Amino acid sequence: MNSVQMFDIIFYILAVTVLLSAGVVVFSRNIVYSAFSLLFTFFGVAGLYVLLNADFLAITQLMVYVGGILVLILFGVMLTNKVVSVDIKSGTLQMIPATILAAAVAGILLSVFLFTNWMTSGSDSAVQTVKTTAPKIGEALITTHALLFEVASVVLLVAIIGAAFIARREKTQQ
Amino acid sequence: MALHVTLQHFLIVSAILFSLGLFAVVTRRNAIMVLMGIELILNSANINFLAFSRYNALQIDGQMAAIFVIILAAAEAAVGLAIVLNIFKNFNTVNVDEISSMKQ
Repeated sequence: MNSVQMFDIIFYILAVTVLLSAGVVVFSRNIVYSAFSLLFTFFGVAGLYVLLNADFLAITQLMVYVGGILVLILFGVMLTNKVVSVDIKSGTLQMIPATILAAAVAGILLSVFLFTNWMTSGSDSAVQTVKTTAPKIGEALITTHALLFEVASVVLLVAIIGAAFIARREKTQQ
Repeated sequence: MALHVTLQHFLIVSAILFSLGLFAVVTRRNAIMVLMGIELILNSANINFLAFSRYNALQIDGQMAAIFVIILAAAEAAVGLAIVLNIFKNFNTVNVDEISSMKQ
């Protein structure tokens, strides 16, 4: 078994993992199952990033999504469901129009992706030996993308202050 | 080999993930499920960025865009969940179809 076949096998395993767990996220009636299934989706997407030669992005995905956003979502699930009530399930609405809409969007996207002759350059072989991308990303962050980097830091600061201010509990209702 | 993985395979995974996220956003009543659907959509967009970046002479630009998408996703999740908690405090529910006014 050469490395190209290995690449394909790993890709299919990761793709099936991502799509199955995303299906559980979307179609599960229990929101806690959805939140935990999102964990496997994020891990699978991180694996796909590794296959796409984006090692730094894969680690960032694990740290930010699995370590941060997923924990936030679990806190949200725990804090907004009444434990004593049985209403931890979440219902659905407008199933038929939504199914038509999602199927139409999927069909359009798939047809665009499949029938466009994408301009790919460089070697098209699956497996290439590249160096780690972290030095290149770090260099780009302080040269070509320096303004975006600074704006992103301000955005994060504003988001932290805003989230803390919005979620703050009032002292007493007069 | 016909099943050799190319750019299109990553794009197909991303398209299906996007549709699943859209379906969750449109159909689920719970506001936190809507946020999870948005995370799925952002992940599918990131897969596209990285796939085009990878199959276009290994450029770094797509990875830069993906980093900023992740930054904005983190900020969006924090602010969105803060809003959901505040809604739960005021209305005692997080079902999006029962919340139709800005204040009680």
